[in-house]
Amino acid sequence: MTRAPAVEAHGLALGYGGEPALEGVDFEAAPGAALCVLGPNGGGKTTLFRALLGELQPLAGRVRVAGRPAYLAQTERTRLDFPVSALDVALMGSLADGRWWRPPGRSQRHAALAALGRVGLEGQASVRFGELSGGQRQRVLLARALTQDAAVLLLDEPFAGVDPASAERITAVFTELRAEGRTLLVSTHDVESARLFDLVLCLNRRQVAFGTPAQRLGREVLETTYGSDIVVLEGSGDTAVRAITVQHHEH
Amino acid sequence: MDLTDLILDPLRSGIWRRAAAEVVLLGGICGALSFWVTSFRLSYPAESLAHGLLPGLVLAALAGIPLVLGGLGGVALAAGCVALASRDPRIGADSATAVVVTGMFGLGALLALSPDAPPRLEELLFGDPLGITHTDLISALALAVVGAGALAALHRPLCAVAFDAPGAGALGLRPGGVRLALFMLLAVAVAVAVQGLGSLLVLAVLVAPAVAVRRAATNPGVAMLSGAALAAVAGLAGLYASHHLGSAAGASVALALCLAAVAGSVLPWRLRRGEARARRGRRAAA
Ligand SMILES: Nc1ncnc2c1ncn2[C@@H]1O[C@H](COP(=O)(O)OP(=O)(O)O)[C@@H](O)[C@H]1O
Ligand SMILES: [Mg+2]
Repeated sequence: MTRAPAVEAHGLALGYGGEPALEGVDFEAAPGAALCVLGPNGGGKTTLFRALLGELQPLAGRVRVAGRPAYLAQTERTRLDFPVSALDVALMGSLADGRWWRPPGRSQRHAALAALGRVGLEGQASVRFGELSGGQRQRVLLARALTQDAAVLLLDEPFAGVDPASAERITAVFTELRAEGRTLLVSTHDVESARLFDLVLCLNRRQVAFGTPAQRLGREVLETTYGSDIVVLEGSGDTAVRAITVQHHEH
Repeated sequence: MDLTDLILDPLRSGIWRRAAAEVVLLGGICGALSFWVTSFRLSYPAESLAHGLLPGLVLAALAGIPLVLGGLGGVALAAGCVALASRDPRIGADSATAVVVTGMFGLGALLALSPDAPPRLEELLFGDPLGITHTDLISALALAVVGAGALAALHRPLCAVAFDAPGAGALGLRPGGVRLALFMLLAVAVAVAVQGLGSLLVLAVLVAPAVAVRRAATNPGVAMLSGAALAAVAGLAGLYASHHLGSAAGASVALALCLAAVAGSVLPWRLRRGEARARRGRRAAA
């Protein structure tokens, strides 16, 4: 395969002044790949995404993303008292075309409505964003990312704090996006869900491992990634293990 | 005197008609702008600009040049000083702004109260819609046209940044640039509107309309249009009250705007309607 990677990082180190928060990051994801960014809280997942977005300049090394990625942030930073409807929010995704002075056209409205349909909220298009449930709001923000029609999507812990129905819907959308050949980077601290991806990148303030889940998700890697926070339930060495993480949540 | 007379009587005066035109123009544009002032939490910076530009106004009055030029110069100076003072992290932007603005306000008062200054301080502080000149009216018209154009062009970025600034950044917008553009528009609006309402009262037209219509506003467009309409109507009501009661015109306009804000916040019916809609939305979602 000679196609350029959709996302790549080489010798990447990131930080906020002082000690690097994340270092030694080296990976490539081909177009259409689904990559899981796995690691404990504070492991550097959000930091990596911020570098991929261009918000954070590398201390060392480089990153490259093909085109402007769509982004679903981990923590909701939206203003719930601002009067916009679900459709208005989904339409914001079309601002990524750079023509911010133009009112949205018919095709952009179609795209936004279609995106709401994909996340199962076509019936809520005119409901005020602040009046939706948490899971519904997460789906509207996913719809905003879908409207952007980006080749690469960065989704930061998209299932955290989301109700089961919303989680199921979001998973279905991910499957569709993969079928469309888009590149997906999804961060999580849940080891079991990482096994469903093409690739896994384990981070704990540095890159612990990168490869396919079958290759990489062994006891040693998991113990290095999670330290004492992990309980390995079965298997040993390189063979596949079942593991759960027992960590305290931030916030 | 019947109602028709109440309404038509002041219109016979050319001075009153000019004041009415000024209030409608300023109310229209500042009422629309007030939605963004409140959404971006710029009420305090707006007040600071309005007070900090006083030395500019006084110098213009002393020199006999159009007040709007003094207002623009004063607002630029005040904004610059606030920006400089806010850079000292030991003080914090709020305290730095308070010190700078009070200092500039004091300087303005000092200049205005000097023995050889014409007695115009009261007018500069509290405004005098009835003393509006043609230059004032033309600058208000220019502000209305330019401001409306800017708000239209910036509508989508303003919405995206007010709703979710980091998310807007990820979409390729520059939230800092959008905020700066809004701030500059606000500064110009303050400099122009201060002619009619004065340094102390101009804030009413830049904040109160949005507060008055907040609960009725279903989207930013509705919020801006209803804020503009309400400010124009309340401004006219203030002028009528001033005419019939013999009260100070600028203060009457400011008071009418603030009464509208209080009424909009306290009257219950709109809220209930909004809540019913929200409940319907939630039921449909369930
Ligand atoms: N804005 C920030 N300023 C300083 N340090 C930060 C900032 N954001 C994150 N960090 C630090 O960087 C490290 C990685 O954080 P983060 O990328 O949020 O981890 P994760 O997303 O995997 O939970 C943590 O030690 C965190 O404290
Ligand atoms: Mg994170």
